[in-house]
Amino acid sequence: MAKTLFEKIWNSHVVVDEGNGRSLLYVDRHLVHEVTSPQAFDGLRMNKRKVRRRDLTFATMDHNVPTTNRSLPIVDQTSATQVKALERNCKEFGIELFGIDSPDQGIVHVIGPELGITLPGTTIVCGDSHTSTHGAFGALAFGIGTSDVEHVLATQCIWIEKPKTFEIRVEGKRKNPHSVTAKDIILSIIKKIGTAGGTGTTFEYRGEAISELSMEQRMTICNMSIEGGARAGLIAPDEKTFDYLRGRRYVPDNYEKLVEYWRENLMTDSNARFDKSFALHVDDIAPQVSWGTNPAMTVDVTGRVPFPDEYAHGNPEEEKAAAKALQYMGLKPGTLVTEIELNRIFIGSCTNSRLEDLIEASKVVKGRKVSPKVRAMIVPGSQHVKKEAEKLGLDAVFKDAGFEWRESGCSMCLGMNPDILAAGERCASTSNRNFEGRQGAGGRTHLVSPVMAAAAAIAGHFVDVREMDLN
Amino acid sequence: MEPFTKIRSVATPLDKVNVDTDQIVPKQFLKLVQKTGFGQYLFFDWRYERDGTPRKDFVLNDSRYKGSKILLTRNNFGCGSSREHAAWALLDFGFRVVISTSFADIFYNNCFKNGILPVKVEEQVLQKLFETKSEIEIDLEKQTIKTDDLNVSFSIEPHWKKILIEGLDDIAVTLKYDDRIAKYETDHRNSNPRVL
Repeated sequence: MAKTLFEKIWNSHVVVDEGNGRSLLYVDRHLVHEVTSPQAFDGLRMNKRKVRRRDLTFATMDHNVPTTNRSLPIVDQTSATQVKALERNCKEFGIELFGIDSPDQGIVHVIGPELGITLPGTTIVCGDSHTSTHGAFGALAFGIGTSDVEHVLATQCIWIEKPKTFEIRVEGKRKNPHSVTAKDIILSIIKKIGTAGGTGTTFEYRGEAISELSMEQRMTICNMSIEGGARAGLIAPDEKTFDYLRGRRYVPDNYEKLVEYWRENLMTDSNARFDKSFALHVDDIAPQVSWGTNPAMTVDVTGRVPFPDEYAHGNPEEEKAAAKALQYMGLKPGTLVTEIELNRIFIGSCTNSRLEDLIEASKVVKGRKVSPKVRAMIVPGSQHVKKEAEKLGLDAVFKDAGFEWRESGCSMCLGMNPDILAAGERCASTSNRNFEGRQGAGGRTHLVSPVMAAAAAIAGHFVDVREMDLN
Repeated sequence: MEPFTKIRSVATPLDKVNVDTDQIVPKQFLKLVQKTGFGQYLFFDWRYERDGTPRKDFVLNDSRYKGSKILLTRNNFGCGSSREHAAWALLDFGFRVVISTSFADIFYNNCFKNGILPVKVEEQVLQKLFETKSEIEIDLEKQTIKTDDLNVSFSIEPHWKKILIEGLDDIAVTLKYDDRIAKYETDHRNSNPRVL
């Protein structure tokens, strides 16, 4: 019978099938970070359990780490405690750790692919909802809670209800790939299907516009699957995928043999059926700007901040939520998006902190100055991204323009480290969540692409990057 | 885990859609390395003014719902971050049941792992529960929701029901399949191509 890519990966990982839709799946790669793991390791200790497959478990610290001078001790004592706890736990349980001083340190979803830990056709879990990122390589990858982190550490398996399949087709070829980005594609999808649109499903992104994307752009798309409610999002691997991973450190020795197998097997069969489908055309996608307090509250940069009833389409609960969001965001309905003024710019996060993101943003910034009303920050996704960017001289481009150039980490995406918004500050952010208080209590987040954030840094308000020459 | 039996209590009505886990526990409280003590941070930014005084207009500060074990809320509760701290905070505060029309997938799992019962109901039932003046009784064994003027059943995956009622340790259950896991590993290590 014809199968989807999801079904093929699922079937090849079932250890126990209970027959009621729920299965025990084998986990090929388990990524661990400092925030969602301490209680899991405690659980192992309490029950005298070991880590079953240390060789398939990798740890880094990203959520809490300062992005300023790393030679100084961490000032926040509770952050320091968590970082130390991870060091201690990795040592005690024998897990490889890319620690704060490692040249491989970075956001877990940036370093997984970068080091070749992420592989097509595998199952990957991590105590972080943006684990969906790794789906860009055709891996079934999803976020789990701390109890499941403990469960995977102890058993290398996870119990999971089989999700339904949801095809997301993006048709056409982008006419302006430098200004209409992967971020705009995924925000447009979430805007249409809603933040619960994918609940209980795994997305598979397909279509010409998806095939055409680079690996880093595909990661941006899959990263935000969770913002559409899906735990995982997949893109079938192709030559770009295989080329990206070839030669990376943790790729197995029999890589070319694996590639042959992946090439033959890791795709949705032509007559396979999805449980749900949604399609859009790239010609209908403009640069996006979120105006509210969830990622579906997004409009075209050429648009206006909507009235609550306009957004809610007759749903009274959503209308109430939109009114509340406008109040929180300090925005008046009808305001042109390009008239929204900003105080802060954040380019970073597991969504948009990779080399290509920085290269694209630098083209906007080069030879220009950050608006005097704005404080702007670049936080590369990993130490490798930082080093590569510096080799290209991007740090100088950004610093000359007035950006701060930081060390790698999650930083202001969630503000667990000192990088936060003050109450009332308004930020154009390349991160993934514009929830109330996400970047700091009372802070106002607008989700955008790296080029849109860079352009807003220069202008001091949102601008349509399509009007700039980015080639 | 404390076994789940029957819960009867007044319900706390949180009349909001798409409540994300960043609201349930804001990130500044994720730095603790234990599972307890998160109740004081539950809905922190909605519950307190900046200066720390309780906000009178927030339901958790309403004395009518003091001691409530049931949280009523709208669609897509628990979306966003995978932080299990959200479930720990609800439990630590005293909630054992959350009722909504839908839950985000990761949060839904996290509830069961901590002895919280997330109950999915139809929109009309949820509306009636929001309007009821009486206490609500949740019987997991019988899978029923009762108030003075309502008696409906709810569905739940049999596995989760068993875990909750018996207060089972999930990992101990899985470890019974140890031979199957080991066999999977051997088969796959020997198969070509392999990634294990």
